[in-house]
Amino acid sequence: MNRTAIDLWVGIFVTIGLAAIVFLALKVGNLTSLNSAPSYRLEARFDNIGGLKMRAPVKAAGVVVGRVDNVRLDPKTYEAVVALKIDNGYQFTKDSIASILTSGLLGEVYVGIEAGGDAVMLADGATIAKTQSAVVLEKLIGQFMFDKAGSGGGK
Amino acid sequence: MPAEAVFNGLRRVGAGAINAVSRLGFAARFFAVVLIHSPAALRRTRLTLREIYFAGVLSLVIIMVSGLFVGMVLGLQGYDTLNKYGAGDSLGIFVGLSLVRELGPVVAGLLFASRAGSAITAEIGLMKTTEQLAAMEMMAVDPLARIVAPRFWGGVISMPLLAALFSVMGVFGAYLVGVRLIGLDNGAFWGNMRAAIDFWPDVTNGIVKSVVFGIAVSLIAVFEGYDAMPTAEGVSSATTRTVVEASLAILALDFILTVFMFRGMGG
Repeated sequence: MNRTAIDLWVGIFVTIGLAAIVFLALKVGNLTSLNSAPSYRLEARFDNIGGLKMRAPVKAAGVVVGRVDNVRLDPKTYEAVVALKIDNGYQFTKDSIASILTSGLLGEVYVGIEAGGDAVMLADGATIAKTQSAVVLEKLIGQFMFDKAGSGGGK
Repeated sequence: MPAEAVFNGLRRVGAGAINAVSRLGFAARFFAVVLIHSPAALRRTRLTLREIYFAGVLSLVIIMVSGLFVGMVLGLQGYDTLNKYGAGDSLGIFVGLSLVRELGPVVAGLLFASRAGSAITAEIGLMKTTEQLAAMEMMAVDPLARIVAPRFWGGVISMPLLAALFSVMGVFGAYLVGVRLIGLDNGAFWGNMRAAIDFWPDVTNGIVKSVVFGIAVSLIAVFEGYDAMPTAEGVSSATTRTVVEASLAILALDFILTVFMFRGMGG
């Protein structure tokens, strides 16, 4: 095997190897949506966040507009404080409602934002005032059973 | 005498332990010496390019064909199970995650150890047996810089590229089976996969794994070759040891790396 042939083959090998890594990054993984436009932070307080995790999507009308950056518990009020990173391209009104939702029965948990009609927009670091906690299935079933039992006993 | 037998047994265990520790220490010192000689070897790019050709280019066919078949089997098996729960559309996620995180680096590493690692050990071992390494030293050419370091770096550079190619061929195989053969929706296959797999940490962790495996396999291969008994039997047993030790090292390192990488994930 002479020199130029080895050079050629190594060149081909390294090129398709690097192309494979780029393919994994762009087609298989989602590198493009990761290093997206600069973002700003919003906070939202919930009584219960259910199964919300870090890096869960934030959606408005079903479109992903950001990610959950951080979740912590406020030690004074015992509320969950969820920090959201929203793309700079999306602004939300001051009376927006943030709710914890689940896509499908077993799907991923995400934060949904519904914009209101206020003229003032939420600035960086602002807190979304109106929130709706996660629906906990056990509580819902418990409530249902309780209501059933109550109405049954009344008759 | 029973006491004598017990002492002999203990003595054998002790000798084995001392031998294992001294070989480990020798391998660590060997690694350090190879690294010291690396800059000189890497400056002479020609030598390393030649080793990338032998370790990487010649492993392309087996890696790509294996990747394709592993992906196709994952596609069939994954669809069979996922479809029972009505989640056939998640096939892309299942195949992509298993290949990028685990199967790509591990299976490519095992194939690389058997295909390229054994060849490196046999070559260096035979050079030692035929006293070519000693002859080089006589000519004031350091065999560590001239022979060992280029082979080490050839393996280290080839391994991540081969693992990435394995994963891509696997995803392509799953695409062939899932979309072309079974008839899943093309958009759902790629869309779900891209939604569930992140470049950081999934793809990057796979790349880190393949780099670590490349270092481990290449080091074991050159060490066993350099350390081989200079006989025909010695070279053959060194080659066997390379494949066995490298495979075990890959599987053990994979567990350790996985514990560190994915422990904190998923909350």
